[in-house]
Amino acid sequence: MLADKYRTEIDAMLAKYPPGSERSAAMPLLFLAQKEYGHITPAALQEIADLIGVEPTQVGSLVGFYTLYHDQAEGKYRLQICTDLPCALRGAETFAEKVCENLGVKLGETTSDGMITVEAVMCLAGCDHAPMFQVQDADGIHYHEDQTVESALQVVEGLRRRATEGGA
Amino acid sequence: MTEYILLRHRDLPGLDRLEVYRKHGGFEALRKTVTSMTPQQVIDLVKASGLRGRGGAGFPTGVKWSFLTPKVFPRYVVANADESEPGTFKDREILERNPFQFLEGVAICAYAAQATLAYVYCRGEFWDLAHDLEGKIGEMRTEGLLGKKLFGTDASLDIHVHLGAGAYICGEETALLESLEGKLGQPRLRPPFPAAEGLYGKPTVINNVETLANLPPILSRGAEWYRTIGTEKSPGPKVFCLSGHIVRPGNYELPLGATFRELIYTHGGGIPAGRRLKAIMPAGASSSILAASDAVLDTPMDYESVAALGSALGSASLILMDETVDMTWVVRKTTEFFTHESCGKCTPCREGTYWMLHLTERLTGADRQPADASLLGSVARGMQGKCLCALGEFSTMPVTTALERFPAEFSGGGEGAA
Repeated sequence: MLADKYRTEIDAMLAKYPPGSERSAAMPLLFLAQKEYGHITPAALQEIADLIGVEPTQVGSLVGFYTLYHDQAEGKYRLQICTDLPCALRGAETFAEKVCENLGVKLGETTSDGMITVEAVMCLAGCDHAPMFQVQDADGIHYHEDQTVESALQVVEGLRRRATEGGA
Repeated sequence: MTEYILLRHRDLPGLDRLEVYRKHGGFEALRKTVTSMTPQQVIDLVKASGLRGRGGAGFPTGVKWSFLTPKVFPRYVVANADESEPGTFKDREILERNPFQFLEGVAICAYAAQATLAYVYCRGEFWDLAHDLEGKIGEMRTEGLLGKKLFGTDASLDIHVHLGAGAYICGEETALLESLEGKLGQPRLRPPFPAAEGLYGKPTVINNVETLANLPPILSRGAEWYRTIGTEKSPGPKVFCLSGHIVRPGNYELPLGATFRELIYTHGGGIPAGRRLKAIMPAGASSSILAASDAVLDTPMDYESVAALGSALGSASLILMDETVDMTWVVRKTTEFFTHESCGKCTPCREGTYWMLHLTERLTGADRQPADASLLGSVARGMQGKCLCALGEFSTMPVTTALERFPAEFSGGGEGAA
């Protein structure tokens, strides 16, 4: 249970908002649930709903609306390549295609070892460092900018190494 | 420009550290504000400076503050750090490299608004940045720059970071407030405006990161000094973002009113591979597209002059396109973006972006029909003036202007038709 394991963190989250505004903690709690469970499970929706006094469907609607919450287990790491106009003008679409080709997947798919899901995403405010992508995992999001296909594949290798060395 | 005012970290390495920022006069503007001025005097000074919102709308900041409903408390200040407009990455540099100038601006704004609580709404993708910012806010608390009895006065303030989770629409200020309240980021019907009923139904000021970063220099050096930079109606420095087909993409701090030519050719190094500049989107994906010409290049980049060209300066995020770019592809890309980001609340935007996407896909594909371009224009014009917020309106701008200013690229079709 989030409430038992992360009591201190949860209290700190709730304390950021005025009394009676607990619902504001829904988004940070969803990130916490994602860290704990890997993705947002129905049980997590109930837990969060109980913590902030709303219905689980109200929490669930946030998962559908915001792109950084996921209700399905995909790859351990989500490699999210910006292919929006400014990045596309600097070759991001070809870059994404080649990264996919090298990993043996199409956009939206996960590598056979279950490690990497490659996705095309909208602008990440890194247009001056295109091609670029972010890696989202349960613990957070990190940027990788000024990329080539080779450097991206090295990032992927690093992630795979981290996953095997790190155990879980 | 002889000295950086907003991107001051480029002159002063290590400015993202509190002791370095303080060594260079950091938080003296806040001290002066809190210990020697009334909130009304701060509002009057910011009005006199002519500072206009840097998030895109260009609305006078001091005037926005003066709309706060009198005598209703608590009030809130929200910093809009949801920077998501394609082509825009200026707030990110300020937040990463010159964060304390921004935070000092938040504190000055809160004092003027008589708010004791402020939130920084960061887009979720700024995960690392937002966590760093929380650490820096913690340092401010430790040093007595936040909390109760600021500088020995009765003023108090705390700041919290709130992380979004991937939704462009949350840059729209009422959608941002909804999101901060733990709801779907969908815009509210206005009026009431946030200055009357904002966060938790209380009077709220929402300002962009770059706008807030302008406040410490204005408070320490005065309105008259500020007006020596920029133009009469658009005073001050601006961070311009250059992306797309440009030799040196990046942020450039120049006075408002610098010309497109100066920014693109003197600072940005011109167009790669000796190609010809074909089109400029001055305000990111939300732009009316300008066909490049000498007249356009010699136009000063201030709010009025760019509007007179039939576009808008917006957040001053220039996406540049050379002669190899197909404008039908450009409108497909911008339409993909807006369709994905439409929040679904109002019908004209939800349905309109869907149909524009359908038509731009067909226009750029093998089964292009002769009537597609006129149909696309009619859908776009049908949306204009009917959407709940600016996103819907913005989605039509590149479409209608590309059709109007590059008609040859949209004519023809039917080759693939049966």
